[in-house]
Amino acid sequence: MIDVLPPGLILIVGGMLISLLRGRAQAIAAVVLPVLGFAQLLMLEPGSYFNLQLFDYELTVVRVDRLSLVFGYVFHIAAFLTAIYALNVRDGVQHCSAMIYVGSAVGAVFAGDLITLFIYWELTAVGSVFLIWASRTERAYRAGMRYLIIQVGSGVVLLAGVILHVSATGSLDFDQLIGADGLLRSASVGVVLIFAAFGIKCAFPLLHPWLQDTYPESTPTGTVFLSIFTTKLAVYALARGFAGTDCLIWIGATMTAFPIFYAVIENDLRRVLTYSLNNQLGFMVLGIGIGTKMALNGAVSYAFANIIFEGLLFMAMGAVLLRTGTCKGSELGGLYKSMPLTTAFCIVGAASISAFPFLSGFVTKSMILDETAAGGHTIAWLVLLFASAGVFHHSGIKIPFFAFFAHDAGFRVKEAPRPMLVAMAAMAVACVVIGIFPGLLYSILPYAVDYHPYTTTHVVTQYQLLLFSALAFTVLKVTGIYPAELRSVNLDVDWIYRKGLPSLIGWFARIGGGVGERLHATALAQLDQIYRGIYRLHGPTGVFARTWTTGAIAFWAVIGLFGFLLLYLWGR
Amino acid sequence: MNEEKKYWLDEKKNVKKVIYGLYIVCAMVALIDVFPYKHHLHFRFEYWFGFFSFYGFVACVSLVLAAKQLRKVVMRDEDYYD
Repeated sequence: MIDVLPPGLILIVGGMLISLLRGRAQAIAAVVLPVLGFAQLLMLEPGSYFNLQLFDYELTVVRVDRLSLVFGYVFHIAAFLTAIYALNVRDGVQHCSAMIYVGSAVGAVFAGDLITLFIYWELTAVGSVFLIWASRTERAYRAGMRYLIIQVGSGVVLLAGVILHVSATGSLDFDQLIGADGLLRSASVGVVLIFAAFGIKCAFPLLHPWLQDTYPESTPTGTVFLSIFTTKLAVYALARGFAGTDCLIWIGATMTAFPIFYAVIENDLRRVLTYSLNNQLGFMVLGIGIGTKMALNGAVSYAFANIIFEGLLFMAMGAVLLRTGTCKGSELGGLYKSMPLTTAFCIVGAASISAFPFLSGFVTKSMILDETAAGGHTIAWLVLLFASAGVFHHSGIKIPFFAFFAHDAGFRVKEAPRPMLVAMAAMAVACVVIGIFPGLLYSILPYAVDYHPYTTTHVVTQYQLLLFSALAFTVLKVTGIYPAELRSVNLDVDWIYRKGLPSLIGWFARIGGGVGERLHATALAQLDQIYRGIYRLHGPTGVFARTWTTGAIAFWAVIGLFGFLLLYLWGR
Repeated sequence: MNEEKKYWLDEKKNVKKVIYGLYIVCAMVALIDVFPYKHHLHFRFEYWFGFFSFYGFVACVSLVLAAKQLRKVVMRDEDYYD
């Protein structure tokens, strides 16, 4: 019976029902729901289901194929492990919203038409904003509002694009939207708007600041959930609709490069990880842009592997935040003494994201790099290589080093709680298993894989790249050139709507307000004059208000009548 | 109980040992390029001696130096936005 339900619905409805439970049952339900959802996925057959008629248009609510199944699987696995990680959380809001969020991401991934996609798209925004607000601080509240505006905004752009697209083509199908030439400039306005909407959720350059602004404001467990679903949903959407779009190659290359500069100078280690996330998305986007079967396999497999190792890194930082109360590199250090297991798991995640051989990053990222080179994109390949060295630098070295090693900050805390350790251990094991048995992952990729990552060339050149990056870090640190971790905020493009525009509007308000003030004052003064005049004439001492004696009235009445008599006689 | 547990890495000389170990490993790995193990690479320059070692080192150094310059432009106080 359960295979008849649209995927994701179990999580959404289950998430809402969690609000009826109390205490630990909520956390346990959050662990059980992804298991049920995953079981449902295993029963699904490829095909389209739930075809509805909406006026003249055909809706395909559910579409199952290899591409959606890969994302479906990894979303459920990640939700399951993150729910275990969050087992000690007593905040029902977080459990409910996390499940609704995951469920809508799953529903979107299996959406066969653009309207269904739009509905789930907006639902992910609503579900996830509560995870940001769950911190219940003033900062989190404001960050959540900015997040909501941007996310719902991307939905509005999406809807506009969908409407234009359907009026141009008559079809609501969510399939390849970009033309065969791969050029965005020859696509219709509707398709371009849809592309922009996907780009917002995927943190394209200039559309990206919401990622770094909001994710670190969430709770330790909330950020782990957030880091996974919105962005990878966007990656799926791009893979589905825009595979082979040329400009994605440049967008992806830019995305791998610019965040790593910020990552080096950022103090909040979870913000470093969100810059890292942006960089990782760049690899996936670039792979989608190249569009060959192997490049798409690379992008999708890298998304799968990234969810696990980046999730692991966020989990490790979340554990540090929970135990020490801070996540700032300037305040941490020496934690390997108190949290050795967390340190070890973090190092596995860090090595994975850096693509060390025998871990999951190595067997997936290289597909993207190889296809970039095979396609003759020399500059893009050099950028990717630069970014790969850079990733090791800020995620592979900086995160574990400043949190767990460096100078001893004096923290003597307990190791992470057991559910967190279990979840992190499972993620770490997954990184290693995929790294040693890549065939397991390759077998569920959308296209057949004819790729062998473990060649002498590949292993040795990768070790050279990584070891010399480590050498660079060491030399820079030892010579004192490496920048210190400083309490600071680094301005990004979001300065425009957080400081720039509000200041400009305030300036106009002050000038306009000044003019308005003066106009107001002048008008009031004039009115005052008029009132005074009227008062002078009609007021208690005014001429028109004086009471007249009866004799005077009689006298003037006789004069008036006499005057009238004279006029009458004169007129005759 | 005022004797804090001593860790191996607390000793400066042990940290130095780790660093020297890194230097040695790097040298060895770079020297593998003496052997003709590289196959099926896409670009001519990938076959150059020490290409990946050099690229990794230079990429990271230039990354950090450029980031330091970026910091001069974008860094503000922690409560800038509040």
